[in-house]
Amino acid sequence: MDFLSSFVDSLLSTVWDMFPIVAIIFGFQFLVIRRPISNLRQVLVGFFYVLLGLSLFLMGLDQAIFPLGEQMAIQLSDPLFIRGGSDGAVSELLWSDYGWVYLFAAAIGFSTTIAEPSLLAVALKAEDVSGGTIEANGLRVAVAIGVAVGIALGAWRIVVGIPLYYFIISGYVVVMIQTYFTPKFITALAYDSGGVTTSTVTVPLVAALGLGLASSVPGRSELLDGFGLIAFASLFPIIAVLGYVQISEWSARRYENRE
Amino acid sequence: MNESLRGFLHTLLGSLRDLAPIILVIGFFQMAILQQPIENISAIAVGLFLVVLGLTFFIYGLEMGLFPVGEGMAEALAKKGSLPWLMAFSFLLGFGTTIAEPALILVAEKASEVAAAGGMIGDSLQEKMEYAQGLRYTVAFSVGLAILLGVIRILKGWPIQYLIIGGYFGVVFMTLFAPDEIIGLAYDAGGVTTSTVTVPLVTALGVGLASSVRGRNPMTDGFGLIAFASLTPMIFVMGYGMVI
Repeated sequence: MDFLSSFVDSLLSTVWDMFPIVAIIFGFQFLVIRRPISNLRQVLVGFFYVLLGLSLFLMGLDQAIFPLGEQMAIQLSDPLFIRGGSDGAVSELLWSDYGWVYLFAAAIGFSTTIAEPSLLAVALKAEDVSGGTIEANGLRVAVAIGVAVGIALGAWRIVVGIPLYYFIISGYVVVMIQTYFTPKFITALAYDSGGVTTSTVTVPLVAALGLGLASSVPGRSELLDGFGLIAFASLFPIIAVLGYVQISEWSARRYENRE
Repeated sequence: MNESLRGFLHTLLGSLRDLAPIILVIGFFQMAILQQPIENISAIAVGLFLVVLGLTFFIYGLEMGLFPVGEGMAEALAKKGSLPWLMAFSFLLGFGTTIAEPALILVAEKASEVAAAGGMIGDSLQEKMEYAQGLRYTVAFSVGLAILLGVIRILKGWPIQYLIIGGYFGVVFMTLFAPDEIIGLAYDAGGVTTSTVTVPLVTALGVGLASSVRGRNPMTDGFGLIAFASLTPMIFVMGYGMVI
């Protein structure tokens, strides 16, 4: 019964969430394009599935993905776990004691990025545009390493409590310098890759990881330090794509020179 | 019927693949490193099942209904050449898809809980809901604006890097004035907004537009909309933090 009532709640708010896009699509179809929608029945069934799916999905995220991320962060940063059972004073923990947290953050970043279908699509397009200089698989690995390093660095930032903007603004400076030296055909694609690598399942997990870490590391506040991991995960792919293109261009040139 | 069943199974596999790396990594850490049982394992298992089922229906429904209609519309409007309608559509598409974005719904909700716990807003359910809604509408508005700006860029053929660098300066500028409590969330907002619903429709608009405007290359000019859509929310959410 509890499940049913929370499902109905979720469904009702989902209807409200989907309303703008449905109104926009149908409004434009009837007012501007003035053609009936082909396969109207199929489209309506599709919308019904979207409503149903989104309601279930949000319930599941709230019930499973978010608690999992938070729990992992809290357990991995638990002084008891870090000290291996013998309890030392909490204040004795140094940033380097949280090694498993960084490793976990990097593993989540790498594995979810490699499995991300929209990144594969972007990588294939990049291979296409570059005429083969850029390899799709190499690019994917580069981006996944970028995300892994980004999230691990973000976790380290939460542990030590350095303000987020130092990192992000220096990241921007790096992107600007790279942009200056990279071929122009790739810039738009590279900038887009920052947005596409963080999927709907990864975002809540990573957000929960950050919040959990900020709540369990002594001296950190969720409000000030808990957010920011996703920002790292969106910035580092841009640097990784630009860097990968620079390296492949450079090695291609070197290869040509030798011939 | 068989055809649609196959499509459904295909989507199901896709959702499982989205979830598999997370389960594997968490499972490995729990068993090999933490060696502790997961709390509430049954609730989490049910939740994971709901995630897979929900994500499958969601994506399957999007591919069946919203994407074909939206993509066709984006292309039709791009070709029709009525500038005011195209601009109105660009803004509304960005706005509407962002409101429907699941990750943003959840992150906004958590942000309101954190803000209430940290004393930034009151602790009542009403205030938390208003904060979360305000956040989502702010982000949606800024994504709408970003898509509009990106479409104008494609039409005019401006090089993307100037706009992006301008946006970076906007972010740095707002960071100087925004309260510390909002900066992390604002920086995250950029990555949160662009996922399942927004990316395919917005990419269709960009590529459709770039292939119908003479002198534009869909490969190089069609992209870049998502990049704007990840930048403007940062600026506007910091603004939201200053107002609230």
